[in-house]
Amino acid sequence: MQATVNGEMMELPDGLTVSALLQHLGVRGDRVAVERNGEVVKKARHGEQRLASGDVLEIVTFVGGG
Amino acid sequence: MDELVLGGHRFTSRLVVGTGKYKDFATMKAALEASGAQMVTVAVRRLDLQAKGEASLLHWLPKDMVLLPNTAGCFTAEDAVRTCRLARELQLGGENPLVKLEVLSDPKTLLPDAEETIRAAKQLVAEGFRVLPYINDDPIAAKKLEDAGCVAVMPLGAPIGSGLGLRNPYSLQMILDQAKVPVIVDAGVGTASDCALCMELGVSGLLINTAIAGAKDPVTMARAMKLATEAGRLAYLAGRIPKKLYGSASSPLAGVIGTA
Repeated sequence: MQATVNGEMMELPDGLTVSALLQHLGVRGDRVAVERNGEVVKKARHGEQRLASGDVLEIVTFVGGG
Repeated sequence: MDELVLGGHRFTSRLVVGTGKYKDFATMKAALEASGAQMVTVAVRRLDLQAKGEASLLHWLPKDMVLLPNTAGCFTAEDAVRTCRLARELQLGGENPLVKLEVLSDPKTLLPDAEETIRAAKQLVAEGFRVLPYINDDPIAAKKLEDAGCVAVMPLGAPIGSGLGLRNPYSLQMILDQAKVPVIVDAGVGTASDCALCMELGVSGLLINTAIAGAKDPVTMARAMKLATEAGRLAYLAGRIPKKLYGSASSPLAGVIGTA
């Protein structure tokens, strides 16, 4: 399936959960927040929330800022 | 104890420092320590998926540092609210997190969009956020944000990163006269005397990033800002003398030798 992750179209295995996506990308889930189609997916739900084709995902973290 | 209370947090330091624009994390850490700040602003950004294992900002912050996530880069209320929700998710367990609400109107001036800022503030307050809005030095907008339930108001001294200092002390005075929440000057400070001037007028705190991070020696500048903030606060509490046009002798006028 195809999904947009941080503005980039990606080919991903079908039916991934958010946890599996983070693992697929080599990202540690405890240091990021994930938004799916404009809604935050809470960490407690990373393991159960499945992605669908066409999803728009944002994976964010804290960086330096003023 | 002279404390700054913001959304349930108590601070003995009145200086809030940004974490952007430093040449490296080690310099940032040293500057934060020199500033004495107990709260720092951070931004929410897309994770760089290519840069695995990159040093995390949080790793370089003292454990007890309070985070003030910002909505920098947002130009609509909707984007600012989304950013705050993500910031809350990034701070595990933070039920009513402090957020610095910043909704800008154009990338050249970086001036706040009051209408969008007020709209976002109402939504965020309804969702339980403790909102510190960045706003123009406009007493009307400040009042509306206070009425919306913000825990502080943060008028600018001058545009972000400009270093122009406090351009309109009279507008700030109006905001201070009416405000029932802490007033924090956010943006515009260029050097230590700007800190002292703002604090002498009675603001509750200052938020500084560029003037420290961009100084030739950020660590020494951070210390200068700390001292100036403290000096200005003490002068405010002490109560300055009224300004007078003519001189007023400090020594007794009577008993001067050689007089009749």
